[in-house]
Amino acid sequence: MNKVVKKEFFSEKVVRLVVEAPLIARARKAGNFVILRVGEKGERIPLTIASADAEKGTIDLVAQVVGVSTSKLAELEPGDYITDLVGPLGKPTHIEKVGTILAAGGGVGVAPLLPIVEAFKKAGNRVITVLAARSKDLIILEDQMRQWSDELIVMTDDGSHGRQGLVTAGMEEILQREKVDECIVIGPAIMMKFAALLTEKYKVPTQASLNSIMVDGTGMCGACRVSVGGKTRFTCVDGPEFDAHHIDFDEMLMRLGGYREEEREALERYHLQHKLVEK
Amino acid sequence: MGLNSLYLKQERDAEWRAELRKKTKNKDRMLINRVSMPELEPEIRVNYQDREVNSGLTREMAMQEAIRCMDCANPTCIEGCPVSINIPKFIKNIERGEIQQAASVLKETSALPAVCGRVCPQEKQCEAQCFYVQKLNKPAVAIGHLERFAADYERENGEMSVPETAESNGIKVATVGSGPAALSFAGDMIKKGYDVTVFEALHEIGGVLKYGIPEFRLPNNIVDKELENLQKMGVHFETNFIVGRTASFDDLKEQGFQAFFIGSGAGLPRFMNIPGENYNGILSSNEYLTRVNLMGAQYDETDTPVLHGKRVAVVGGGNTAMDSVRTALRLGAEKAMIVYRRSEEEMPARIEEIKHAKEEGVEFHNLCNPLEYYGDEKGRVSGMKLIRMELGEPDASGRRRPVPMEGSEFEMDVDLVIVAVGVSPNPLVPSSLKELNVTKWGTIVVDENNMQSSIPEMFAGGDIVRGGATVILAMGDGRLAAEKMDHFLQEKYTVN
Repeated sequence: MNKVVKKEFFSEKVVRLVVEAPLIARARKAGNFVILRVGEKGERIPLTIASADAEKGTIDLVAQVVGVSTSKLAELEPGDYITDLVGPLGKPTHIEKVGTILAAGGGVGVAPLLPIVEAFKKAGNRVITVLAARSKDLIILEDQMRQWSDELIVMTDDGSHGRQGLVTAGMEEILQREKVDECIVIGPAIMMKFAALLTEKYKVPTQASLNSIMVDGTGMCGACRVSVGGKTRFTCVDGPEFDAHHIDFDEMLMRLGGYREEEREALERYHLQHKLVEK
Repeated sequence: MGLNSLYLKQERDAEWRAELRKKTKNKDRMLINRVSMPELEPEIRVNYQDREVNSGLTREMAMQEAIRCMDCANPTCIEGCPVSINIPKFIKNIERGEIQQAASVLKETSALPAVCGRVCPQEKQCEAQCFYVQKLNKPAVAIGHLERFAADYERENGEMSVPETAESNGIKVATVGSGPAALSFAGDMIKKGYDVTVFEALHEIGGVLKYGIPEFRLPNNIVDKELENLQKMGVHFETNFIVGRTASFDDLKEQGFQAFFIGSGAGLPRFMNIPGENYNGILSSNEYLTRVNLMGAQYDETDTPVLHGKRVAVVGGGNTAMDSVRTALRLGAEKAMIVYRRSEEEMPARIEEIKHAKEEGVEFHNLCNPLEYYGDEKGRVSGMKLIRMELGEPDASGRRRPVPMEGSEFEMDVDLVIVAVGVSPNPLVPSSLKELNVTKWGTIVVDENNMQSSIPEMFAGGDIVRGGATVILAMGDGRLAAEKMDHFLQEKYTVN
C-alpha cells in the first residue's frame, strides 16, 4: 500500500500524483517505470516515473485518463492508498555526454521524458526540447522542462500555445539548423513513428520509449512484445527504450488495440456503475 | 538427503504399526482394488473455472486404500519423493483413522501438502517406486490421493497443526520469489530457527501456484491456507518487492540478511518466431493464465480484460497447455484444440490431465506444427497454417524427433491462439547480479549437491536452475538448499 500525498490535474484528463514509495524513489533511474494496481479487483498497469524525491521518499506519476484503471487512479485523493505499487522496472536510459540531444515529447509522454532530459543535461549535454500536444491545456510540465533545456519549443496542433504544427515540424527545424547527436522521443505511438521516420532521414540515432500493454512487467507474460529489427523483444525487460529506427511501429499500433473492445465494455460498465452510485 | 534409515526403522518398529501390519494379511491387502478419484461430471465442470475437477476421497475410501499399503521394510516410495515424505507412516496413520497425525507427518518435510496432493506427478515419483508397481505389476497405492485427503481433512476439520520450530537463532535469510521452491525452503529454514523473509514481485504470494495453475486443479484458497500456516510459523512475506530492483542485494545485506535463496522461476515465455506470431489474439500461456488465475479476468467485476475465443488453438503438449485449453473451454470456446508436434505418447502432460481434457471435449491435433498465422484487417488472428509431422529417430531428450512431412500443409480457422511451448529463466535476478554464473540459457549454475551458486551466500533452485520442471522438483531443491545453507551458515558462525 502506497499513500498518495499530493494530487493535481494538469488538464481535465491528465493527473499528477505524488506517491510515497521510499525504496523506489531511492532506486529509480531515468527511464524506469512502475506497475500499479488500484483496488483488490484492479488491473496491473505500467506507468513511467516522472520524477522522484529520494529524501522525501516520494515518486511522481503522471497519467492520462483513458480507461477504467486510469479513472480509478485519478479519483484517488491525498491520504488514499494505491493498493499495489512495484518497481523500478525496465532498463534505465543510457545517459552519457554525447553533445547535442534533441528530446521530443508528445502529450502525456512529456512526463517520462522529464527525468531523461534532466539526466542528459546533468551529464553535460546541450539539450533542445520539443513539447507537443493538441492544444494549450494539454501541454504539461513546460516550466520543469525549460529548467533542464537549453532551448524549448512548444508545438500545438491548433496553435493555441507556442507554434502551430506537429512535433515533427519543430524537430525538423532543429535538425536542419544544427548537428544533433542523439534524439529521444516519447509520446503516442503514431507520433513516435513519424518522429522516427524524420530522424532516420537525418541519420540521427534515436531512442523511443514504448508504452506497451503489460500484465506483470517482469518478463513473465509476453504481452508487451514488440518487433525491433525483425526480432521479438519484451518492452518490460528489454526496454522500454529501443532503437526507434528499427521498431515496427505499425505492429505496435496494432498490438496497442489488442484489448480495445474489452476495455471499451469495461469502461461502459464502470460509467454505468458510477451513475448508479451518484443517484 | 533423505530420512536416514535408522529413523525410518524406529518409526516402523513403533508398536501401533507392528500391530497394524499383523491385523491384515498382505495377501488380503493385495486383493483390494485401487481407489479411483471421484470427479465432477465433465458436462458440469466445463462451466466453472473455479470448481475443482477432482473432488477428493471420502474418509472411508481413504482408509480402505490405506490398507493396500503393506508398510514395506524397505519403503522405496520415499526414494521417489523429492521432499522425502515418510509415506508409510502417514498412510498407516490413515489406516488406523488418525488423520490429523497423518497430516502432521506430511508437514514434517513438506511445506505444501494440499498442493502436492493435487499437482505432483505421483505416477512418475513415489507411486512409480511403489512395491505394487515394482514387484506385483499392479496399480500403485494411491499415495497422491491419500496425501491430498489427509491435508484436506485436517484443513476442513478443526485447527490446522503448526509444525514446531526451533528457538530463533536470529540469523536473517531471504528468498527471491515465492513459488514452490522458495516456500519449501522457507518452511524448512523457519523450522531450523532462522528469521525468514520471502520477497515476491507480484502482489500475491505463491508464484506459479497462483498465476499459473488454474483453480479447477488447485484452488487459490487452498494455497492461501498453506501460506497461512507458514506465516503462523513466523515466515515474513513481502509482496511488490523485486530483489535487485526495489532494493539491491547489497542493501539487503546491509539490513542484516546473511544468505539468499533464489527461486525466481522460469518467467520468460517462449514463442516460436514464426510469421504472424505477434497478431493480437496470439498470447503466451503465461499471459492467458495470469489474466485468469491471478487477476480473475473472467469476472465482470474485475478490471483486467481477457480475450475470449470461439475457436481456440493451444500449441504445446505439457500441463500448461492442458491448463490453457481447458481454461479456454470454461471461458466459452466452442472449439478448444491442442496442437502438438509429437504424438500423445510423448506428451509431457500428466496422463490425468490429458484424460480430463478429452472428457471435457478438447480436440487433439497431434503430429502437427504451426508454420504461420494469418490476421484480419484489425490485426486479430484469424487462421493458422500447419504442417503434419512424423516421428523420426530419438533426439537428445530420448523422445522420437518430429520431422515435417513435405507437402502436408493445411490451414485452420482460429480466433485465439495460446502458445505453451515452454519458458526461459527470468532474466531479472541474473541481470542485477553480474558476478553470478549463468548458463547460456540463462539458468543459474549451482553445485547440484548443495544448490550453492558461484556466489557463496546465494543458493538457488526450482525453474531458475532447472529451466522448467515440476512443483515437487522445485520443492525438493528448496529443501536441499535449506539443509545446505544451514550447514554453510552454522560453519560461518562457529568459525567467527
